Amino acid sequence: MSASRSGARYTLLFSAIVCVVCAVLVSSAAVVLRDRQDSNSELDRRRNVLRAAGVLGEDETVSAEEVERRFASFTAVAVDLRTGEEDPSFDVSGYDARRAVASPDLSRAVEPNPAQVTRVAHHAVVYKQLDADGRLSLLVLPIEGKGLWSTMYGFLALGADLNTVRGLTFYQHGETPGLGGEVDSARWKALWPGREVFDDEGDVAIQVIRGSAGPPEQDPHRVDGLSGATLTSRGVSAMLRFWLGPQGFGPYLDQLRKEVRGEQGA
Amino acid sequence: MSKAHDVLVDPLFNTNPIALQVLGICSALAVTTRMQTAVVMAVAVIFVTGSSNFFVSLLRNRIPSNVRIIVQLTVIASLVIVVDQVLKAYLFDVSRQLSVFVGLIITNCIVMGRAEAFAMQNPPGLSFLDGVGNGFGYGLILLGVGAFREVLGAGSFFGWPVLALVADGGWYTPNGLMVLAPGAFFLIGLFIWALRTWKPSQVEAPEA
Repeated sequence: MSASRSGARYTLLFSAIVCVVCAVLVSSAAVVLRDRQDSNSELDRRRNVLRAAGVLGEDETVSAEEVERRFASFTAVAVDLRTGEEDPSFDVSGYDARRAVASPDLSRAVEPNPAQVTRVAHHAVVYKQLDADGRLSLLVLPIEGKGLWSTMYGFLALGADLNTVRGLTFYQHGETPGLGGEVDSARWKALWPGREVFDDEGDVAIQVIRGSAGPPEQDPHRVDGLSGATLTSRGVSAMLRFWLGPQGFGPYLDQLRKEVRGEQGA
Repeated sequence: MSKAHDVLVDPLFNTNPIALQVLGICSALAVTTRMQTAVVMAVAVIFVTGSSNFFVSLLRNRIPSNVRIIVQLTVIASLVIVVDQVLKAYLFDVSRQLSVFVGLIITNCIVMGRAEAFAMQNPPGLSFLDGVGNGFGYGLILLGVGAFREVLGAGSFFGWPVLALVADGGWYTPNGLMVLAPGAFFLIGLFIWALRTWKPSQVEAPEA
């Protein structure tokens, strides 16, 4: 027994069997659970879109069906970030912009920027809510950027004027709990609705400051910083600047504004 | 019977993997800011140590000794991936908070330590109990640390507010140290102190 156990043939055979058995176990778990995992992450994305839009309360936990029901008024639209045009032919179901960033065919490198975004996918999925007359009432944009430790992922919801913030939410980040981690706290996020992202010249003006800003009516372009988290606060400013600017959704927002004006003219 | 009892219960206080052997510290620091993550992590580790001990013990007379560590690691890694996949499917929110730390159970010294030190010499049933016992020993410390860190650092317990925070108009200012990793170091140190005061036999003889 002991002689055969130390032989090279036995060792190879034994290792091969262990590998095959383990591989089968691991892959079956992955295959069996795939659908459930995918629907979980889709549900999570929808929940966050609803949160940013203010349709779902911060601490509200609702069933999957309720999320579906509230989400029904939103349409997912693919935007080609190279042109700023909507791309109706693009299939948004199952598209993951964060995966696309890893592929040179589906994304492009961008100039160094304070948000430390290095690559941007050609397509982004935005969520539009239309009112009864078919006019845009709410637009939810995906945003991301570096904080102190981590890349923060979130959504920004803008009102019909494409300027007033309706909500901001972060669904993934690795900032220090209790300090920068407060970016996803209900209290801080409540400071955002009513702020304006662009100034009168149409430049991105919104920024997170050190200390306290006034109420939205008096101080529309500034938001309280997170105490003890200067770099996370700066990261939020930088990422809004980036995604609302020319390399992000700037061209798309221009396009939408033109459409809105066109409709009003007609 | 008494042996089974011993291998299951000893790791709780007498040979606690964290407090006595000082293993598995990395994840004990990382996942204990909230009770919920600490509980899920503890359950995951109990499952992995229990079943890896069981399978390694089943194979113990057949594993070629020159590749035994790799075989143990393969078994452990497979189990951990399965746990990770199950969490992603059924406990999505918690799995996102635990992020890489579920995957890092693979590198938790407790798991491989028990496979190599116990499961390679003992029958499957006993090995399973030893794994579960050590998982519980690890979990016990995790829950203790998690309780202090969540209550003192966030004023809540399992997400329920227990101390009224200044930010919400109450009186308690959260202790920032508790939410950072060093807070867990202090707590684990205090636990070890308390345990060794209670059981002086665990005190190591001073070197030289």
